[in-house]
Amino acid sequence: MNTQAALVAQGVGKRFVIKKAGRTVVALDDVSIEVKTAALTALVGPDGAGKTTLLRLAAGLMVADTGTMTVLGIDAAIDPQAIQNRISYMPQRFGLYDDLSVQENLDLYADLHAVPHDVRGKRYKRLMEMTDLGRFTSRPAGKLSGGMKQKLGLACTLVRSPELLLLDEPTVGVDPLSRRELWEILEQLVREENLSVLVSTSYMDEAARCAHVAILHDGKVLAQGTPESIRNTAEGLCFAVTPPADEAPRHLQARLLDDDKTVDAVPRGGKVHFVRTRAAVEQDDPDVANLLGTSQAEPVPPTLEDGFMLALRSKVQRDLSSVASVAMSTPTRALKADETVIEVRDLVRTFGDFTAVDRTSFSVSRGEIFGLLGPNGAGKTTTFRMLCGLLPASSGTLRVAGHDLRKARAHARQQIGYVSQKFALYGNLTVDENLKFFGGAYGLSGTHLRERMAAVKSQFELDDSGHAQAGLLPGGFKQRLAMATGLLHAPDILFLDEPTSGADPLARREFWRRITALAEAGTTIVITTHFMEEAEYCDRVVIQDAGKVLALGTPAEIRRQAGETDAQTFDMEQAFIGIVEQNRKASRGGSREAA
Amino acid sequence: MNAMLAFLRRVANLCRKELQVILKDPASRVLLFVPALLQSLMFGYAATLDLRQAPYALLDQDHGPAAVQLIANVEGSGVFRRVATLHNENDIAPIVDAGEVLFVLHIAPRFEQRLSAGETTPVQLILDARNSTTAGTASGYLGTIVSRFNADWRQSHGGGAAPLTVDVRAWYNPNLETRWFMMSSMIAVLSMLQTLMLTALSVAREREQGTFDQLLVTPCTPAEIMIGKSVPSIFVGLVQSTLILLIATLWFHIPMAGSLVTLYIGLLVFTVACVGIGLAISALAVNMQQAMLYTFVLMMPLVLLSGMTTPIANMPTAMQWLTTINPARYAIHLVQRVYLEGVGLGTVIGDIVPLLIIAAVTLPFSAWLFRHRLV
Repeated sequence: MNTQAALVAQGVGKRFVIKKAGRTVVALDDVSIEVKTAALTALVGPDGAGKTTLLRLAAGLMVADTGTMTVLGIDAAIDPQAIQNRISYMPQRFGLYDDLSVQENLDLYADLHAVPHDVRGKRYKRLMEMTDLGRFTSRPAGKLSGGMKQKLGLACTLVRSPELLLLDEPTVGVDPLSRRELWEILEQLVREENLSVLVSTSYMDEAARCAHVAILHDGKVLAQGTPESIRNTAEGLCFAVTPPADEAPRHLQARLLDDDKTVDAVPRGGKVHFVRTRAAVEQDDPDVANLLGTSQAEPVPPTLEDGFMLALRSKVQRDLSSVASVAMSTPTRALKADETVIEVRDLVRTFGDFTAVDRTSFSVSRGEIFGLLGPNGAGKTTTFRMLCGLLPASSGTLRVAGHDLRKARAHARQQIGYVSQKFALYGNLTVDENLKFFGGAYGLSGTHLRERMAAVKSQFELDDSGHAQAGLLPGGFKQRLAMATGLLHAPDILFLDEPTSGADPLARREFWRRITALAEAGTTIVITTHFMEEAEYCDRVVIQDAGKVLALGTPAEIRRQAGETDAQTFDMEQAFIGIVEQNRKASRGGSREAA
Repeated sequence: MNAMLAFLRRVANLCRKELQVILKDPASRVLLFVPALLQSLMFGYAATLDLRQAPYALLDQDHGPAAVQLIANVEGSGVFRRVATLHNENDIAPIVDAGEVLFVLHIAPRFEQRLSAGETTPVQLILDARNSTTAGTASGYLGTIVSRFNADWRQSHGGGAAPLTVDVRAWYNPNLETRWFMMSSMIAVLSMLQTLMLTALSVAREREQGTFDQLLVTPCTPAEIMIGKSVPSIFVGLVQSTLILLIATLWFHIPMAGSLVTLYIGLLVFTVACVGIGLAISALAVNMQQAMLYTFVLMMPLVLLSGMTTPIANMPTAMQWLTTINPARYAIHLVQRVYLEGVGLGTVIGDIVPLLIIAAVTLPFSAWLFRHRLV
């Protein structure tokens, strides 16, 4: 058994017909992968890449159209029940019963899987130790935090000892601290119980922790192998450069990204990390000096994401500079330096006796990109909703675009654009009807409305989709339509709630390229994100936990506050975890945590 | 002036969007017409309290010519149909218990003899009163038949004319058909149910899909959003009333006695009051499921206390008080008076004023809820 692979997919294909839209979606196309026993294998890819379909095929819940799926030596198309008896599958939304306690949920799943009573005690003890849920066994599952729920889901999945564990995005919507804990549990399981695990994720750093990685994109395997082998494809192509003191890293990053010989460029730790094409590097890359100006680039070791981007860009051609040039066509305003457009002082919001936001103060200047970061339940969504005027503040001052939100809400709203996390437009209206309606809501009409509609449609590449029903558009289009709608009335301030969750890395680069260009044109951006590395694009960020502001400043200041030194550099994720942990420790020391 | 224009433009924009959303969805398009059509046909045909061909059993222990005459009167009416002829009293209980007959008519021995002697002669009627309404109706019909028999008997046996006769003229519904009464009530009640559901769900749906947040961040004020939600619902409610009105006049041939203008003024005020209730529900409900639940919980008392199925005058005093805040009560009264009776606006003012008062309470109340629950 040990020499055999736990799962072998050979040329697996699966299509779905979407009747309403009259199109066929190829979820998987000729996918061949192997999951080794007693090791972690990651399935990486954005939403819609085919990860869930592959996992459901492996769990015997669906049958492939073409190819064969063999799990633990059994053909999934022939005897799915035999497979299901020996594996555990944790879907993205695991079925916990909110009104049952942690212990009752465990018992329920133990009963469902007919786990013998004499082994339960030992198993429970081990699972509770591993997940650190032992203190909460009598708490209803519905009252647990997002991260704790996922851990309980994992524990319920593991009440019996499966031979293969299938996990579908177990860390989605989980804050960085809980994410790290979940992965430690997984690694421990593999190490101590020789479990074989196939886990899907949209995070590269998670994939890097696995023994084997398969990158899915549009239903195809883009690359697979050990993280090293994928990383090594970018060997010698990766560089880091420190921008001049008077330039924000994202400006240099934008310039680099616009060049067609750049594979990828991201701001990271105050520097700009970029990957050049092999052709360019082999010819000593004469153009790069022009792009860098006075700064000097130094070679750095590649990351898994670099290897991924290299593989992706070889398949998907996309000119990112065009994105930016149209983005600049948004009406510009005279930039007044240091003009404050958002002012928050002693902002408090309570729900009953629970304080969601506690005396928060900050201000945002025109043209700034301002990020709100925090674990789930930290108060960032509440703060965000108050800033947009969707939720009244309990007390404190809130001025947006020069208007007091408590008094002149309608005036303030004329100046802001809002893009929500999930698609929030009228699904059964067409793209044009949606734009026309929201344009009208902002008081645009006649020629002006038509001009603005044409402008945002070309800016977000929706020219040909005017008559398409908005709800049936593919994911990326929906997101662009939401952005187009938010910018239709050329607002001073754009509020974005988790705009990049689930998007593929290239779409995220494209998104940030647009945002950077918008900020340059004078639009202020307020954004929440759970991709910590995206905080690097922000001019300033605020980190909240338990309703309080823990840190406020530029990404560099945040890193320093987290304890970064010249000897030891942090990325934003490390900085974030550091700051939140420091604070929790301090408050725990002050008053013993009441669990 | 400019502000007014901008306001009107924004409201018109909201209304257009609302209608687009309603009409573009095939499911909701079907929902607009099919239930109204089906229900009005169903109520028109099925919900009738009139007796036709009601089954009965006869136990005739006399067999004299007078008994035969009485039976002929009963069966000649077309209302009752004999399904069994019994031979002794022990047969009565089983056949009534089994629900095979609505009643048993028992003519005792010496019927003719006692009649001829000028005695008061009882005829026994054993009713299955499990459904008290039909039992009551049957007994009423039989009472009429018996009094006619009495009158005939007196005349032919020289007892002289009956001292008192009732001469019935059923105004506004000469054949006393339940359908006339039902269909006219439906014009108000059906459109009320649909309007309530539509308004209650429309906000909840937007909230569930996240579009409501998107709407709230626009400069549109909650009042504008409310008007934008109300006007299309009122329009849809009136279209439904029209649909049922057409079925009543063209399909069931119930003659419209009053003026359309009066009828529509009444219906408009009524629909506005209903929309106010629907909006209040939608402001309170967090999601569509809740909105649906609240609507269903409200519908039952709204229909029961409207006087559509049971006369308000028969209800206990406390319930009668409750009906005064039920818009359906006034609307049904109003529609019946205008449709069947043909009265003018001045006569139904007593129904329109309470409706206006209800609208004047529910609309600002839901506006208040909107402001305090949403923003």
